[in-house]
Amino acid sequence: MSGLADLVAEGMLVPYHAPWPRCTVQSSTWQRAIAGLVSVKMTLLGLWGETECVHMAVIEAATNTVAILSLPCPDGVYPSVGQAHPPAIRLERAILDLFGLVPVGLPDQRPWLDHGCWPESFPLNPPRTARRDSELYTFLPVEGGGLHQIAVGPVHAGIIEPGHFRFTANGEAVVRLEERLGYAHKGIESLMAGADLAGAAKLAGRVSGDSTVAYGWAFAMAAESALQLEIPARAIWLRALMAELERLANHLGDIGAICNDAAFPLLHAHFGALRERVLRAAVTAFGHRLMRDCIVPGGVSIDPGPDGVEAITALIASIGEQLPRLVETYDNTASLQDRTVSTGVLKPALATQYGAGGYIGRASGRSFDTRRTQPYAPYDQLAFEVPVLSEGDVDARVWIRIREVEQSLSLVKQMLSALPGGALVGSFADRTEPCEGAALVEGFRGDILVWLRLGGDGKVERCHLRDPSWFQWPLLEAAIENNIVADFPLCNKSFNCSYSGHDL
Amino acid sequence: MPEDWAIAELAAAIDRAARQRLGRSLSIRTVDAGSCNGCELELNALNNVFYDIERFGVRFVASPRHADVLTVTGPVTKNMREALRRTYEAMPNPKWVVAIGDCARDGGCFAGSYAVLDGAHSVVPVDLHIPGCPPSPREILMGLLALIEQVNS
Ligand code: SF4
Repeated sequence: MSGLADLVAEGMLVPYHAPWPRCTVQSSTWQRAIAGLVSVKMTLLGLWGETECVHMAVIEAATNTVAILSLPCPDGVYPSVGQAHPPAIRLERAILDLFGLVPVGLPDQRPWLDHGCWPESFPLNPPRTARRDSELYTFLPVEGGGLHQIAVGPVHAGIIEPGHFRFTANGEAVVRLEERLGYAHKGIESLMAGADLAGAAKLAGRVSGDSTVAYGWAFAMAAESALQLEIPARAIWLRALMAELERLANHLGDIGAICNDAAFPLLHAHFGALRERVLRAAVTAFGHRLMRDCIVPGGVSIDPGPDGVEAITALIASIGEQLPRLVETYDNTASLQDRTVSTGVLKPALATQYGAGGYIGRASGRSFDTRRTQPYAPYDQLAFEVPVLSEGDVDARVWIRIREVEQSLSLVKQMLSALPGGALVGSFADRTEPCEGAALVEGFRGDILVWLRLGGDGKVERCHLRDPSWFQWPLLEAAIENNIVADFPLCNKSFNCSYSGHDL
Repeated sequence: MPEDWAIAELAAAIDRAARQRLGRSLSIRTVDAGSCNGCELELNALNNVFYDIERFGVRFVASPRHADVLTVTGPVTKNMREALRRTYEAMPNPKWVVAIGDCARDGGCFAGSYAVLDGAHSVVPVDLHIPGCPPSPREILMGLLALIEQVNS
């Protein structure tokens, strides 16, 4: 079988693309890439469209190399990846919705993001005039005796994002869950096209609010790769400092919320307080509770100053002090363990096939962490471990989060003690040719991929942002099978996929 | 912490106002009409022990039928228009709508997209708007107080 380097060699290298190669390939190479995905020698990082072209980003397991393969499709059709490799199915349905490019051979061509409410079909590819009938949506048929269906959403009981869940149950046991997403689709990629760098960076920071730092960083890194910008050392370290604070805030909040869904509000209260402390330290250091818009292409927009550093130092000490007791409570509370252990099991084979990132992958034996696998500064200069478990249940996902909190505390400490001085923003060189860049950044939920092309005028021509949730949402459907309906909120919270990040 | 004192005062003020007009409590139903989830994070934070708004009689309820106030976040995507409208219609009178965050006012940075409606007002009558991206829990509390006072007068 061909390795990724062979596939790249078969194609035509696109100039001004960094840091990984992108090449235009023919259908035969495309098919060999699909075979690589099916054999799990390669993992799909992303699949997105453009007028008359589809792009596939893959990473090869043996070499950790990344490449982007682009297949021209002037006739509006291309060989389906999802037909042989299910993780691509929803991505192809989304490409069909947005561009009208048809994945030939894909059995499920139902609309995904298009709910029949937009003024026109194929909004990112306006010349296509044909209209698609997307108003009537049929869920997959379920056959068998004693089954009933439960429809939930898009408006939920709690304060959460919109999405629809269709359960088929036999008594209390879930026989099948089918998700329907797209309710939060805002058309971000259409707004990106034509935006200047500053405007596009703002949009990137609003793809998924809980990961605004990670998205801001991924977008900036992709733009900087394209423009070949040098970033000052202090800015790089401050970015990582913010990224770890964001990871801490989300993990702490979610561990508490999972305990709450397992009917143990005491830990919810404690972890919720820790999360709030992180946000308050963030506002002192970076002027915004979620640290939004603090990362800008070229560097960072704000310096924490001595007060900020002091606030973060105090924060880390206080979390470090309180965490062991809380973890012990989690570990020793039988009623809690009874709910989380062996609930919502995701099998390692599925996590690998889907390239599931973050704590979802790492609780099911997939050790991928961008900070380690595709290391970027300053993580290449910091010491940290990537925790991995293989049980794949709610409990394992909680433990991965706990271990990652510990790692982030250590990372923040290391960074505070070695924070380099200097400028916050680098200088922009004048550039007049179009250029392209890509980046992979580890958000709290997993790896975020950003790919963009800048025009000669410095404006964004096309930008694609792939949330880790694309490869996690489908796995929730698998993990919930044979669990009781009442455990769904618990399983769902332990995954905590992003709706907005997925829907774009 | 001085901020916490301010929050306690604010919450007590809401408590008094809510009692006057609405009897014992203020029930809020919230609909995410396509937010980035940032506004949800801060709405959720109102329930943490620092703010704990339930102790003042303000609580988030699961059904629109139990709600006095509808809070809306996000620019209102076209895909959420119908769900938002139906939620509002399911609420009993009298009812109020609060648009939370810059998106819910006019679409924020998503305005003009083929997929959004540029703000909550395009689907439901908005009584109050709380700006911010996202507004902090304290700002949301202040906004709710302003609403209750508006209702009382
Ligand atoms: S106002 Fe800001 S935080 Fe709120 S939904 Fe809009 S982008 Fe997100």
